[in-house]
Amino acid sequence: MPTDRHATEATEFELRFSLTQGSFQIATDLAAAARAIALFGPSGSGKTSILEAIAGLRTPQQGRIAIDRRVLFDTETRTSVPVRDRHVGYVPQDVLLFPHLNVRKNITYAQGRRQGRQDVDVPDLDELLGLTSLMDRRVAGLSGGERQRVALARALYSGPDVLLLDEPLAAVDLARRRLVLDALIAIRDRLRIPLVYVTHSPDEARAIADYAIVLDEGKVVAAGPPADVLP
Amino acid sequence: MHSEVLTIALFTTAAALAATVVMLPPGIALAWLLARYRFRGKAVVETLASLPLVMPPVATGLLLLWLVGRRGPVGRLLEPLGIEIVFTPAAVVLAMAIMGLPLLVRTARAGFEQVTRRYEQMAETLGARPWRVFRTVTLPLASRNILAGALLGFTRALGEFGATIVVAGSIPGRTRTLAVGIYTYTETGQDARAAALLVVSVALAFASVLVANRLAHVD
Repeated sequence: MPTDRHATEATEFELRFSLTQGSFQIATDLAAAARAIALFGPSGSGKTSILEAIAGLRTPQQGRIAIDRRVLFDTETRTSVPVRDRHVGYVPQDVLLFPHLNVRKNITYAQGRRQGRQDVDVPDLDELLGLTSLMDRRVAGLSGGERQRVALARALYSGPDVLLLDEPLAAVDLARRRLVLDALIAIRDRLRIPLVYVTHSPDEARAIADYAIVLDEGKVVAAGPPADVLP
Repeated sequence: MHSEVLTIALFTTAAALAATVVMLPPGIALAWLLARYRFRGKAVVETLASLPLVMPPVATGLLLLWLVGRRGPVGRLLEPLGIEIVFTPAAVVLAMAIMGLPLLVRTARAGFEQVTRRYEQMAETLGARPWRVFRTVTLPLASRNILAGALLGFTRALGEFGATIVVAGSIPGRTRTLAVGIYTYTETGQDARAAALLVVSVALAFASVLVANRLAHVD
Protein backbone atom coordinates (compact mmCIF):
# COMPACT_ATOMS: atom_id res chain seq x y z
CA MET A 1 0.00 0.00 0.00
CA PRO A 2 1.49 3.36 -1.00
CA THR A 3 2.15 5.39 2.11
CA ASP A 4 1.42 9.07 2.04
CA ARG A 5 3.90 10.94 4.17
CA HIS A 6 1.02 12.51 6.08
CA ALA A 7 -0.66 9.19 6.65
CA THR A 8 1.99 8.28 9.13
CA GLU A 9 1.85 11.56 10.98
CA ALA A 10 0.57 11.12 14.47
CA THR A 11 -1.51 13.53 16.51
CA GLU A 12 -0.44 14.51 19.99
CA PHE A 13 -3.03 13.85 22.63
CA GLU A 14 -2.75 15.21 26.10
CA LEU A 15 -5.30 13.78 28.47
CA ARG A 16 -4.49 14.69 32.04
CA PHE A 17 -7.53 15.27 34.16
CA SER A 18 -9.70 14.05 36.96
CA LEU A 19 -13.44 14.00 36.83
CA THR A 20 -15.83 13.00 39.60
CA GLN A 21 -19.32 11.75 38.86
CA GLY A 22 -21.15 11.01 42.05
CA SER A 23 -19.09 8.34 43.80
CA PHE A 24 -17.26 7.48 40.59
CA GLN A 25 -13.84 8.98 39.88
CA ILE A 26 -11.97 9.05 36.60
CA ALA A 27 -8.35 10.04 36.44
CA THR A 28 -5.99 10.02 33.48
CA ASP A 29 -2.46 11.28 33.19
CA LEU A 30 -1.44 10.54 29.64
CA ALA A 31 0.35 12.13 26.73
CA ALA A 32 0.53 10.08 23.57
CA ALA A 33 1.19 10.51 19.87
CA ALA A 34 -1.17 8.41 17.80
CA ARG A 35 -3.38 8.33 14.71
CA ALA A 36 -6.04 6.40 16.57
CA ILE A 37 -6.43 5.81 20.27
CA ALA A 38 -8.54 2.95 21.57
CA LEU A 39 -10.19 3.38 24.94
CA PHE A 40 -10.61 -0.17 26.10
CA GLY A 41 -12.32 -1.56 29.16
CA PRO A 42 -15.50 -3.07 30.60
CA SER A 43 -18.75 -1.09 30.80
CA GLY A 44 -18.67 1.50 33.52
CA SER A 45 -14.91 1.88 33.36
CA GLY A 46 -15.18 5.53 32.32
CA LYS A 47 -14.57 5.31 28.56
CA THR A 48 -17.58 7.39 27.54
CA SER A 49 -16.88 10.00 30.20
CA ILE A 50 -13.42 10.54 28.71
CA LEU A 51 -14.95 11.14 25.26
CA GLU A 52 -17.45 13.53 26.77
CA ALA A 53 -14.72 15.41 28.59
CA ILE A 54 -12.84 15.86 25.30
CA ALA A 55 -16.06 17.02 23.59
CA GLY A 56 -16.74 19.45 26.43
CA LEU A 57 -19.98 17.80 27.51
CA ARG A 58 -18.47 17.02 30.93
CA THR A 59 -16.23 19.33 32.86
CA PRO A 60 -13.30 17.80 34.75
CA GLN A 61 -12.64 19.15 38.24
CA GLN A 62 -9.05 19.74 37.32
CA GLY A 63 -6.50 19.04 34.62
CA ARG A 64 -5.71 19.68 31.01
CA ILE A 65 -6.91 18.38 27.66
CA ALA A 66 -5.06 19.25 24.45
CA ILE A 67 -5.05 17.84 20.94
CA ASP A 68 -2.11 18.70 18.70
CA ARG A 69 -1.15 21.39 21.21
CA ARG A 70 -4.55 23.03 20.86
CA VAL A 71 -5.68 23.42 24.45
CA LEU A 72 -9.36 22.57 24.88
CA PHE A 73 -9.40 22.61 28.65
CA ASP A 74 -6.96 23.71 31.31
CA THR A 75 -7.83 24.50 34.89
CA GLU A 76 -4.50 26.23 35.44
CA THR A 77 -5.13 28.88 32.78
CA ARG A 78 -8.90 28.67 33.32
CA THR A 79 -9.41 27.65 29.73
CA SER A 80 -12.51 25.80 28.65
CA VAL A 81 -13.24 26.06 24.94
CA PRO A 82 -17.04 26.06 24.36
CA VAL A 83 -18.40 22.81 22.94
CA ARG A 84 -19.28 24.46 19.62
CA ASP A 85 -15.69 25.63 19.10
CA ARG A 86 -13.89 22.40 20.00
CA HIS A 87 -14.09 21.02 16.43
CA VAL A 88 -14.74 17.48 17.56
CA GLY A 89 -16.82 15.02 15.57
CA TYR A 90 -18.65 13.16 18.32
CA VAL A 91 -20.60 10.00 17.53
CA PRO A 92 -22.23 8.75 20.75
CA GLN A 93 -23.18 5.12 21.10
CA ASP A 94 -26.87 5.84 20.50
CA VAL A 95 -25.81 8.07 17.54
CA LEU A 96 -28.58 10.65 18.25
CA LEU A 97 -29.53 11.49 14.69
CA PHE A 98 -31.96 14.41 14.70
CA PRO A 99 -35.33 12.63 14.38
CA HIS A 100 -37.07 15.54 12.67
CA LEU A 101 -34.53 15.88 9.85
CA ASN A 102 -33.91 13.54 6.93
CA VAL A 103 -30.55 11.92 6.25
CA ARG A 104 -29.21 14.73 4.06
CA LYS A 105 -30.21 17.44 6.52
CA ASN A 106 -28.67 15.50 9.38
CA ILE A 107 -25.39 15.16 7.53
CA THR A 108 -25.24 18.80 6.49
CA TYR A 109 -26.36 20.17 9.87
CA ALA A 110 -22.92 21.65 10.53
CA GLN A 111 -23.27 24.10 7.64
CA GLY A 112 -20.78 26.89 7.50
CA ARG A 113 -18.18 25.28 9.71
CA ARG A 114 -15.83 23.36 7.49
CA GLN A 115 -12.60 25.12 8.30
CA GLY A 116 -11.32 22.06 10.13
CA ARG A 117 -8.32 20.08 9.09
CA GLN A 118 -10.19 18.71 6.09
CA ASP A 119 -12.79 20.06 3.71
CA VAL A 120 -15.24 17.25 3.48
CA ASP A 121 -17.89 17.30 0.81
CA VAL A 122 -21.12 15.36 0.73
CA PRO A 123 -20.12 13.52 -2.49
CA ASP A 124 -16.87 12.42 -0.76
CA LEU A 125 -18.86 11.11 2.17
CA ASP A 126 -21.26 9.37 -0.18
CA GLU A 127 -18.44 7.47 -1.72
CA LEU A 128 -16.71 6.76 1.54
CA LEU A 129 -19.75 5.60 3.44
CA GLY A 130 -22.10 4.40 0.69
CA LEU A 131 -24.90 6.77 1.58
CA THR A 132 -26.19 7.81 -1.87
CA SER A 133 -29.38 5.80 -1.74
CA LEU A 134 -30.20 6.99 1.78
CA MET A 135 -29.97 10.75 1.34
CA ASP A 136 -33.69 11.51 1.19
CA ARG A 137 -34.81 8.89 3.70
CA ARG A 138 -36.20 9.69 7.12
CA VAL A 139 -33.89 8.59 9.91
CA ALA A 140 -36.63 6.61 11.67
CA GLY A 141 -36.50 3.82 9.12
CA LEU A 142 -32.72 3.31 9.06
CA SER A 143 -30.98 0.14 10.26
CA GLY A 144 -28.34 0.24 12.99
CA GLY A 145 -25.49 0.18 10.47
CA GLU A 146 -27.08 2.89 8.34
CA ARG A 147 -27.61 5.12 11.36
CA GLN A 148 -24.00 4.65 12.35
CA ARG A 149 -22.75 5.63 8.89
CA VAL A 150 -25.04 8.69 8.75
CA ALA A 151 -23.82 9.78 12.19
CA LEU A 152 -20.22 9.38 11.01
CA ALA A 153 -20.94 11.43 7.91
CA ARG A 154 -22.59 14.14 10.01
CA ALA A 155 -19.59 14.31 12.31
CA LEU A 156 -17.15 14.38 9.36
CA TYR A 157 -19.04 17.08 7.49
CA SER A 158 -18.23 19.55 10.26
CA GLY A 159 -14.52 19.20 9.37
CA PRO A 160 -13.46 17.99 12.81
CA ASP A 161 -9.93 18.01 14.20
CA VAL A 162 -10.65 14.68 15.86
CA LEU A 163 -13.37 12.04 15.71
CA LEU A 164 -14.73 10.70 18.99
CA LEU A 165 -16.42 7.35 18.45
CA ASP A 166 -18.32 5.50 21.15
CA GLU A 167 -18.66 1.79 20.37
CA PRO A 168 -19.32 2.53 16.68
CA LEU A 169 -19.81 -1.12 15.76
CA ALA A 170 -22.10 -2.08 18.65
CA ALA A 171 -25.34 -1.48 16.72
CA VAL A 172 -23.99 -2.75 13.40
CA ASP A 173 -24.84 -6.31 12.41
CA LEU A 174 -21.91 -8.69 12.05
CA ALA A 175 -22.07 -8.81 8.25
CA ARG A 176 -21.57 -5.05 7.94
CA ARG A 177 -18.96 -4.50 10.64
CA ARG A 178 -16.10 -4.93 8.20
CA LEU A 179 -17.65 -2.26 5.96
CA VAL A 180 -17.85 0.34 8.73
CA LEU A 181 -14.42 -0.58 10.04
CA ASP A 182 -12.93 -0.12 6.56
CA ALA A 183 -14.63 3.27 6.33
CA LEU A 184 -13.09 4.26 9.66
CA ILE A 185 -9.65 3.18 8.52
CA ALA A 186 -10.14 5.23 5.34
CA ILE A 187 -11.12 8.24 7.44
CA ARG A 188 -8.01 7.78 9.54
CA ASP A 189 -5.63 7.33 6.61
CA ARG A 190 -7.21 9.15 3.67
CA LEU A 191 -8.83 12.10 5.43
CA ARG A 192 -6.12 11.97 8.12
CA ILE A 193 -8.53 12.64 10.91
CA PRO A 194 -7.34 11.18 14.21
CA LEU A 195 -9.73 8.94 16.10
CA VAL A 196 -10.50 8.26 19.72
CA TYR A 197 -12.32 4.98 19.69
CA VAL A 198 -14.23 3.46 22.60
CA THR A 199 -14.62 -0.30 22.50
CA HIS A 200 -14.70 -3.37 24.67
CA SER A 201 -13.50 -5.60 21.86
CA PRO A 202 -9.71 -6.15 21.76
CA ASP A 203 -9.97 -7.21 18.10
CA GLU A 204 -11.57 -3.91 17.09
CA ALA A 205 -9.04 -1.99 19.14
CA ARG A 206 -6.18 -3.79 17.40
CA ALA A 207 -7.72 -3.29 13.96
CA ILE A 208 -8.09 0.48 14.26
CA ALA A 209 -5.75 1.86 16.90
CA ASP A 210 -2.02 2.40 17.16
CA TYR A 211 -2.30 3.30 20.84
CA ALA A 212 -4.54 1.75 23.46
CA ILE A 213 -5.60 2.88 26.89
CA VAL A 214 -6.94 0.16 29.15
CA LEU A 215 -9.36 1.41 31.77
CA ASP A 216 -10.87 -0.19 34.79
CA GLU A 217 -13.14 1.55 37.28
CA GLY A 218 -12.00 4.96 36.14
CA LYS A 219 -8.30 4.23 36.34
CA VAL A 220 -5.78 3.75 33.57
CA VAL A 221 -4.37 0.28 34.17
CA ALA A 222 -2.22 0.13 31.02
CA ALA A 223 -1.39 2.31 28.04
CA GLY A 224 0.76 1.77 24.97
CA PRO A 225 0.86 -0.09 21.65
CA PRO A 226 -2.22 -2.36 21.32
CA ALA A 227 -0.06 -5.45 20.88
CA ASP A 228 1.56 -4.85 24.25
CA VAL A 229 -1.34 -3.76 26.42
CA LEU A 230 -4.46 -5.49 25.09
CA PRO A 231 -5.46 -8.95 26.24
CA MET B 1 -77.75 32.35 9.89
CA HIS B 2 -78.79 35.74 11.23
CA SER B 3 -76.16 38.32 10.24
CA GLU B 4 -75.60 39.35 13.85
CA VAL B 5 -74.91 35.76 14.87
CA LEU B 6 -72.50 35.42 11.96
CA THR B 7 -70.73 38.65 12.90
CA ILE B 8 -70.29 37.45 16.49
CA ALA B 9 -69.02 34.04 15.39
CA LEU B 10 -66.49 35.57 13.01
CA PHE B 11 -65.37 38.24 15.46
CA THR B 12 -64.88 35.69 18.24
CA THR B 13 -62.86 33.38 16.00
CA ALA B 14 -60.71 36.26 14.76
CA ALA B 15 -60.15 37.60 18.28
CA ALA B 16 -59.25 34.11 19.57
CA LEU B 17 -56.78 33.68 16.70
CA ALA B 18 -55.22 37.08 17.44
CA ALA B 19 -55.02 36.17 21.13
CA THR B 20 -53.24 32.94 20.22
CA VAL B 21 -50.70 34.85 18.12
CA VAL B 22 -50.20 37.31 20.99
CA MET B 23 -49.70 34.59 23.61
CA LEU B 24 -47.27 32.45 21.56
CA PRO B 25 -43.99 34.41 21.97
CA PRO B 26 -44.26 34.99 25.74
CA GLY B 27 -45.81 31.56 26.21
CA ILE B 28 -42.99 29.74 24.43
CA ALA B 29 -40.33 31.80 26.19
CA LEU B 30 -41.89 31.18 29.61
CA ALA B 31 -42.39 27.46 28.96
CA TRP B 32 -38.76 27.07 27.87
CA LEU B 33 -37.47 29.06 30.83
CA LEU B 34 -39.47 26.96 33.29
CA ALA B 35 -38.47 23.70 31.59
CA ARG B 36 -34.74 24.40 31.35
CA TYR B 37 -33.64 26.71 34.15
CA ARG B 38 -33.62 26.96 37.89
CA PHE B 39 -33.63 30.52 39.10
CA ARG B 40 -34.60 32.58 42.11
CA GLY B 41 -38.30 33.22 42.25
CA LYS B 42 -39.10 30.38 39.84
CA ALA B 43 -41.90 29.16 42.11
CA VAL B 44 -43.45 32.62 42.04
CA VAL B 45 -43.26 32.83 38.23
CA GLU B 46 -44.73 29.32 37.98
CA THR B 47 -47.61 30.27 40.25
CA LEU B 48 -48.27 33.54 38.46
CA ALA B 49 -48.34 31.74 35.12
CA SER B 50 -51.04 29.39 36.41
CA LEU B 51 -53.06 31.95 38.32
CA PRO B 52 -55.56 32.76 35.52
CA LEU B 53 -56.50 29.06 35.49
CA VAL B 54 -57.65 29.05 39.12
CA MET B 55 -58.73 32.62 39.77
CA PRO B 56 -62.34 33.56 39.04
CA PRO B 57 -62.16 34.93 35.47
CA VAL B 58 -64.18 37.95 36.57
CA ALA B 59 -61.44 38.72 39.11
CA THR B 60 -58.80 38.45 36.41
CA GLY B 61 -60.92 40.82 34.33
CA LEU B 62 -61.11 43.28 37.18
CA LEU B 63 -57.33 43.12 37.59
CA LEU B 64 -56.89 43.79 33.88
CA LEU B 65 -59.37 46.64 34.04
CA TRP B 66 -57.31 48.21 36.80
CA LEU B 67 -54.02 47.62 34.92
CA VAL B 68 -55.01 48.95 31.49
CA GLY B 69 -57.69 51.40 32.62
CA ARG B 70 -56.95 55.07 32.02
CA ARG B 71 -55.54 55.55 35.50
CA GLY B 72 -53.93 52.12 35.73
CA PRO B 73 -50.15 51.62 35.63
CA VAL B 74 -50.21 50.36 32.02
CA GLY B 75 -53.12 52.48 30.81
CA ARG B 76 -51.42 55.66 31.99
CA LEU B 77 -48.43 54.88 29.73
CA LEU B 78 -50.65 54.15 26.74
CA GLU B 79 -52.93 57.17 27.02
CA PRO B 80 -50.42 59.77 25.74
CA LEU B 81 -49.92 57.52 22.70
CA GLY B 82 -53.63 57.67 22.01
CA ILE B 83 -54.05 53.98 22.76
CA GLU B 84 -57.15 52.99 24.67
CA ILE B 85 -57.85 49.38 25.46
CA VAL B 86 -60.83 49.15 27.80
CA PHE B 87 -64.12 48.36 25.99
CA THR B 88 -62.39 47.93 22.63
CA PRO B 89 -61.72 44.78 20.55
CA ALA B 90 -58.12 44.97 21.85
CA ALA B 91 -59.49 44.35 25.35
CA VAL B 92 -61.18 41.21 24.09
CA VAL B 93 -57.91 39.94 22.63
CA LEU B 94 -56.02 40.82 25.82
CA ALA B 95 -58.51 39.05 28.08
CA MET B 96 -58.48 35.99 25.84
CA ALA B 97 -54.67 35.90 25.68
CA ILE B 98 -54.27 36.14 29.46
CA MET B 99 -56.82 33.41 30.03
CA GLY B 100 -55.32 31.09 27.41
CA LEU B 101 -51.68 31.62 28.34
CA PRO B 102 -51.52 29.13 31.26
CA LEU B 103 -52.70 26.27 29.04
CA LEU B 104 -50.12 27.09 26.39
CA VAL B 105 -47.32 27.38 28.95
CA ARG B 106 -48.15 24.08 30.66
CA THR B 107 -48.42 22.08 27.45
CA ALA B 108 -45.38 23.64 25.78
CA ARG B 109 -43.31 23.21 28.94
CA ALA B 110 -44.00 19.47 28.95
CA GLY B 111 -42.83 19.44 25.34
CA PHE B 112 -39.54 21.18 26.16
CA GLU B 113 -39.00 18.83 29.09
CA GLN B 114 -39.33 15.86 26.76
CA VAL B 115 -36.68 17.14 24.35
CA THR B 116 -33.55 15.24 25.27
CA ARG B 117 -30.81 17.61 26.27
CA ARG B 118 -28.40 15.37 24.37
CA TYR B 119 -29.84 16.30 20.97
CA GLU B 120 -29.01 19.89 21.81
CA GLN B 121 -25.52 18.85 22.87
CA MET B 122 -25.05 17.06 19.54
CA ALA B 123 -25.97 20.27 17.73
CA GLU B 124 -23.41 22.12 19.86
CA THR B 125 -20.64 19.67 18.96
CA LEU B 126 -21.53 20.41 15.33
CA GLY B 127 -20.78 24.08 15.91
CA ALA B 128 -24.29 25.48 16.40
CA ARG B 129 -24.71 28.61 18.51
CA PRO B 130 -27.43 28.67 21.21
CA TRP B 131 -30.04 30.45 19.09
CA ARG B 132 -29.51 28.03 16.20
CA VAL B 133 -29.75 25.06 18.57
CA PHE B 134 -33.05 26.41 19.86
CA ARG B 135 -34.42 27.17 16.41
CA THR B 136 -33.33 24.00 14.62
CA VAL B 137 -33.44 21.36 17.35
CA THR B 138 -35.31 22.37 20.51
CA LEU B 139 -38.27 24.14 18.89
CA PRO B 140 -38.97 21.55 16.16
CA LEU B 141 -38.73 18.68 18.65
CA ALA B 142 -41.20 20.44 20.97
CA SER B 143 -43.40 21.71 18.14
CA ARG B 144 -46.17 19.15 18.55
CA ASN B 145 -46.71 20.17 22.17
CA ILE B 146 -46.46 23.86 21.35
CA LEU B 147 -49.10 23.44 18.66
CA ALA B 148 -51.33 21.44 21.01
CA GLY B 149 -50.87 24.12 23.69
CA ALA B 150 -51.68 26.88 21.22
CA LEU B 151 -54.86 25.06 20.23
CA LEU B 152 -55.88 24.63 23.87
CA GLY B 153 -55.20 28.31 24.43
CA PHE B 154 -57.24 29.13 21.35
CA THR B 155 -60.11 26.98 22.61
CA ARG B 156 -59.98 28.63 26.00
CA ALA B 157 -60.00 32.02 24.25
CA LEU B 158 -63.07 31.09 22.20
CA GLY B 159 -65.08 30.40 25.34
CA GLU B 160 -63.77 33.29 27.42
CA PHE B 161 -66.51 35.12 29.31
CA GLY B 162 -65.70 36.46 32.78
CA ALA B 163 -62.62 38.53 32.04
CA THR B 164 -63.99 39.71 28.69
CA ILE B 165 -67.27 41.08 30.03
CA VAL B 166 -65.48 43.09 32.72
CA VAL B 167 -62.72 44.58 30.58
CA ALA B 168 -64.46 44.73 27.17
CA GLY B 169 -68.18 44.72 27.90
CA SER B 170 -70.81 43.49 25.44
CA ILE B 171 -70.96 46.10 22.71
CA PRO B 172 -72.79 44.70 19.66
CA GLY B 173 -70.58 44.62 16.59
CA ARG B 174 -67.56 45.74 18.60
CA THR B 175 -66.75 43.60 21.62
CA ARG B 176 -69.56 41.04 21.78
CA THR B 177 -68.17 37.50 21.69
CA LEU B 178 -69.91 34.10 21.58
CA ALA B 179 -69.95 33.58 25.33
CA VAL B 180 -70.88 37.15 26.14
CA GLY B 181 -73.50 37.05 23.34
CA ILE B 182 -75.12 33.90 24.71
CA TYR B 183 -75.35 35.50 28.13
CA THR B 184 -76.73 38.79 26.79
CA TYR B 185 -79.33 37.12 24.53
CA THR B 186 -80.47 34.77 27.28
CA GLU B 187 -80.80 37.63 29.73
CA THR B 188 -82.93 39.59 27.26
CA GLY B 189 -85.11 36.65 26.20
CA GLN B 190 -83.71 36.25 22.67
CA ASP B 191 -83.57 32.48 22.97
CA ALA B 192 -83.31 31.65 19.26
CA ARG B 193 -80.18 33.79 18.87
CA ALA B 194 -78.70 32.36 22.03
CA ALA B 195 -79.33 28.85 20.71
CA ALA B 196 -77.66 29.67 17.36
CA LEU B 197 -74.58 30.96 19.18
CA LEU B 198 -74.62 27.87 21.37
CA VAL B 199 -74.46 25.60 18.31
CA VAL B 200 -71.54 27.59 16.88
CA SER B 201 -69.70 27.45 20.24
CA VAL B 202 -70.08 23.71 20.58
CA ALA B 203 -68.93 23.09 17.01
CA LEU B 204 -65.84 25.30 17.30
CA ALA B 205 -64.79 23.96 20.68
CA PHE B 206 -65.35 20.36 19.62
CA ALA B 207 -63.19 20.75 16.52
CA SER B 208 -60.34 22.48 18.39
CA VAL B 209 -60.17 19.97 21.22
CA LEU B 210 -60.26 17.09 18.75
CA VAL B 211 -57.27 18.50 16.86
CA ALA B 212 -55.42 19.40 20.08
CA ASN B 213 -55.81 15.86 21.42
CA ARG B 214 -54.58 14.36 18.18
CA LEU B 215 -51.50 16.55 18.23
CA ALA B 216 -50.74 15.66 21.84
CA HIS B 217 -51.12 11.90 21.53
CA VAL B 218 -50.00 10.85 18.07
CA ASP B 219 -46.27 10.12 18.29
